[in-house]
Amino acid sequence: MPGSINSPMNIFDVAGRAMAAQLTRLNTTASNMANARSVASSEADAFRALKPVFRTHASSPDMATVDVERIVQSDTQPKKRHDPANPMANADGYVWEAGVDEPTEMIEMIETARQYQNNVQVLQTAKSLILETIRMGE
Amino acid sequence: MDKIFGIYGDALTLRERRMNMLASNIANAATPNYKARDLNFGKAMASLADGDALDNSHIGYRVPLQPAMDGNTVELSTEQTQFAENAVQYSTALSFLNGRINTLRRAMTGE
Repeated sequence: MPGSINSPMNIFDVAGRAMAAQLTRLNTTASNMANARSVASSEADAFRALKPVFRTHASSPDMATVDVERIVQSDTQPKKRHDPANPMANADGYVWEAGVDEPTEMIEMIETARQYQNNVQVLQTAKSLILETIRMGE
Repeated sequence: MDKIFGIYGDALTLRERRMNMLASNIANAATPNYKARDLNFGKAMASLADGDALDNSHIGYRVPLQPAMDGNTVELSTEQTQFAENAVQYSTALSFLNGRINTLRRAMTGE
């Protein structure tokens, strides 16, 4: 793994790992959106939104990247709905809709994309500056 | 050597250090409770000019324009502008160094 304990972290590790973390976040958002309209026969079986937990990983006073520590289920409650015609309905005719707040997920998606792009920009700038430095004196 | 290349070597080192710090801030834009940090370039440069070794006393925490609920103090607009400015100034220091190298080279080849 780049930037592990043995090797010092550089700017490429910082931005690269942040991109990986943002991608995990985008994946959870995609899962949440995909399951937003799914229903279950009981509250316990209903899908609940997945959320990554970000944690700073600092290697020196200058350098800090981010890792996904774990992925948790959100506490958004599944919505109980009376729908006796639904094949998933329980004996009383109720189904539970996935505990996903779609507008929140959309905003999360846009924010994730934005922050991912920022890290790409950092990477590109750092790369061109380093290449410029290599050519110093030519 | 130091007299030939002036302050630009030190400036480049500090600019790179600041770039790392700003990149760390951008990387942690979504981390709860992360506190954005920055380097006081002027003070760090002055202490290098005095011949002091570089320590962490020139690193400070960014004061957010508007504090966030999750305790994160990274404001992407601020970090992006600072990063861009720092990159330009890194390039500037590099061109000054290149100019100095070219001057010396011309002096040596006697063109």
